[in-house]
Amino acid sequence: MQRITELNVNGSKLRIDADADRSLLSVLRDDLDLTGSKYGCGEGQCGACTVLIDGQATRSCITAIKSVAGKPVTTIEGLEKNGRLHPLQEAFLEADALQCGYCTSGMIISGFALLSKNPNPDDREITRFMEGNVCRCGTYPRIITAIRKAAQSMKGGGK
Amino acid sequence: MSKQVADDPIELERYELFAEAAYNFNLELDRRDFFKLLGGGLVLVVALDALASQESGGQRRGRGESGPKEIGGWLHIGEDGSVTVYTGKVEVGQNIRTSLTQAVAEELRVPMSSINLVMADTDLTPFDMGTFGSRTTPTMAPQLRKAAAAAREMLIDLAAEQWKADRESLATADGKVINTRSKQSVEFGKLTKGQKLLKVISDTASLTQAKEWNVSGKPASKVDGRAFVTGKHRYTPDTKLPDMQFGKVVRPSAFNAALVTADTREAETMAGVKVVRDGNFIGVAAPDAQTAARAASAIKAEWKADPQPSARELFEYLKKHASESQPANAQGSIAEGLAAADKKLQQTYTVAYIAHAPLEPRAAVAQWANGKLTVWTGTQRPFGVRSELAEAFRIPEERVRVIVPDTGSGYGGKHTGDAAVEAARLAREAGKPVKLVWTREEEFTWAYFRPAGVIDISSGVRDNGTITAWEFHNYNSGPSGIGHRYDIPNQKIVFHQARSPLRQGSYRGLAATANHFARESHIDELARAVKIDPLEFRLKNSKDERFKAVLSAAAKAFGWGKAKSGSAGYGIAAGFEKGGYVGACAEVSVDRATGKVNLVRVVEAFECGAIVNPDQLKNQIEGSIVMAIGGALFEAVDFDNGKILNARFSRYPVPRFSDVPAIETVLIDRKDLPSAGAGETPIVGLAPAVGNAIFDATGIRLRSLPMAPSGLKA
Repeated sequence: MQRITELNVNGSKLRIDADADRSLLSVLRDDLDLTGSKYGCGEGQCGACTVLIDGQATRSCITAIKSVAGKPVTTIEGLEKNGRLHPLQEAFLEADALQCGYCTSGMIISGFALLSKNPNPDDREITRFMEGNVCRCGTYPRIITAIRKAAQSMKGGGK
Repeated sequence: MSKQVADDPIELERYELFAEAAYNFNLELDRRDFFKLLGGGLVLVVALDALASQESGGQRRGRGESGPKEIGGWLHIGEDGSVTVYTGKVEVGQNIRTSLTQAVAEELRVPMSSINLVMADTDLTPFDMGTFGSRTTPTMAPQLRKAAAAAREMLIDLAAEQWKADRESLATADGKVINTRSKQSVEFGKLTKGQKLLKVISDTASLTQAKEWNVSGKPASKVDGRAFVTGKHRYTPDTKLPDMQFGKVVRPSAFNAALVTADTREAETMAGVKVVRDGNFIGVAAPDAQTAARAASAIKAEWKADPQPSARELFEYLKKHASESQPANAQGSIAEGLAAADKKLQQTYTVAYIAHAPLEPRAAVAQWANGKLTVWTGTQRPFGVRSELAEAFRIPEERVRVIVPDTGSGYGGKHTGDAAVEAARLAREAGKPVKLVWTREEEFTWAYFRPAGVIDISSGVRDNGTITAWEFHNYNSGPSGIGHRYDIPNQKIVFHQARSPLRQGSYRGLAATANHFARESHIDELARAVKIDPLEFRLKNSKDERFKAVLSAAAKAFGWGKAKSGSAGYGIAAGFEKGGYVGACAEVSVDRATGKVNLVRVVEAFECGAIVNPDQLKNQIEGSIVMAIGGALFEAVDFDNGKILNARFSRYPVPRFSDVPAIETVLIDRKDLPSAGAGETPIVGLAPAVGNAIFDATGIRLRSLPMAPSGLKA
């Protein structure tokens, strides 16, 4: 059985020893103790497990690690730099865009991917891009507000 | 055998609290205890008076719970000035960690940042029946407030003694006692240094009035928000212990199935795998999740189950298996009321089973060490789960500790300890800690559902708009919100318990959603029958000023009565439950070609007494509206012969970004009234408002929830 021995996560090359067919989500959580990415459905339907692979928002629960080897992976743990939150994380706090918080990591990573493609999305573009992320507490309107706020503050050089 | 809870305040439809255990496997107040636990300083304990304990269910038992019932909460001020508050309540996203912190900061006059809440740890926090029924704000918040107020007074006493000062000249602010004359000040921590003071106060002590609040009543952002936006917060599935194993349960072929045989040989040969078979329980523990899954699927189990009803025949089944209950609320004579009516109406409404589908599935980490069982699990009833565990393993509750990390929501769905019991059973056999995380499919199948129901209404109305008769029968969904705020001389309102084909229990708002949907749809039908505006009709038939106030406020903000575009329809509904009043208006447009229902905007007015945290209240109302959209329009559990047919998000749609309308909330702040909880009641107004709007747009009356799972049929 093919093994994967290294992943590039949040800018660091991390040693692992895992079956190549395992999901990225399970390796992140169980082997690397990066538990910010969540299991919600296991079929890529809820977005709680979303990470960036090569800058693309990707459902890590249905992504085998063999397809990730050598590519840069960014998880929610990688957004904070030197103790400073990313503007989108700040915006989520300001807009109170969370209740239980279980979807929040995936929401922020998806929102991050959107903003890097489209620095100034309107509500319709946000809705379309974020449609695959579920917030069961129903904070969607606040998440839209947070993404717009972040877009504003990043324009001011916050990025 | 179901547990008897005579004259218990628990609502009947919390079926899960009265159910049998799933598996049958073959505080004395001592000051030394407190200070051993907490270190020196000052401790305030709130003792509940008789009335309060009755209200919070403190003297009652569900599922054989025991434990010290007489304490509401306690609060400790350490020698370093840190404030720690202990409460058995659970944070599931309703944001009580923040609102309770606000309450303590208010009375103690300390910054919110100096307060730490220890919540829901059965070894550290006082007994609590559970976090449900919107009880935290009306009961727990005042108790902690009282503890904080008493602590403040004790600190003033200490300072007065130290300074030999007149108590009247002393005040507290920003964590200090200040002498307003000499301007001398001392920090709380300095005052408690070397002290071991314990004071028990009654929960009848007086409090700062809502109109004088400085901290409460204002927006405050989530106290530990940073841990959530950075992914650092550890939910139960994120818990990791040394040498921890991963569990997996082999599920039955259908509900109520019995295990006949199981061939476990292949699984048992796998490295590190432990197989546990005990009665109807069969599961594995393994060093990693992949091996656990492989081992579980290698077990060849044979189950035997009797034929069971399907979703198609559900409503007939419920009525056929319903009990004859006594009318909960009857007055006048239905026959006379109908005789006095100009128009009579008889209609049936139905409500499907729906799933809570919390994004964090049920999970537990169980550890047996030194004869004691410790379980981390996401539940709304830590002490209830402790009892379940004690019962399952036939050990005293003192040897069980349940710790609830702030949890990925519950919505009433996490009242039981299923995953906790399973993980503990596996851990006992494995001799190592075991983590068990339910899959989404397990969560959709083996949890419990919001009860389905059938509601029959028969009514009469005069042409002048006066309702003369109201007969209301609810089969199975429950009695919550079954009463109304209309003034009707002749009425009979009955809840009939029924045999449910699926496991059912509490869900945000309980049956108030079903009862409001049926009632407020029917009221709309009556208004239409006598050609009176639905808002005017409601106002005319109610004498309850708070009810009328939310209706008027919602209608005003919505622009009720204003001209609308061609395809648009407007609907209105109102209700009352758990101390809160809700008025809702909805605008829909329906694409007649495709039948697609588009919810354009919703305005909801809400009044729950004095507002504690306006921004978080808005967040709860918005969240309730969004969650309600699913049950109103498209969520339904499909099942056949003991199996769930749509146990995944790809087959069970939940509200997403594109389903969300423009939402406006109108808060009515009644500082003269006690604060009621607000996590539930805002959910009840949406479905009938939307149904009434669909009728307004199309002339099609929808009487079944969900109303448009695949759009409107042409």
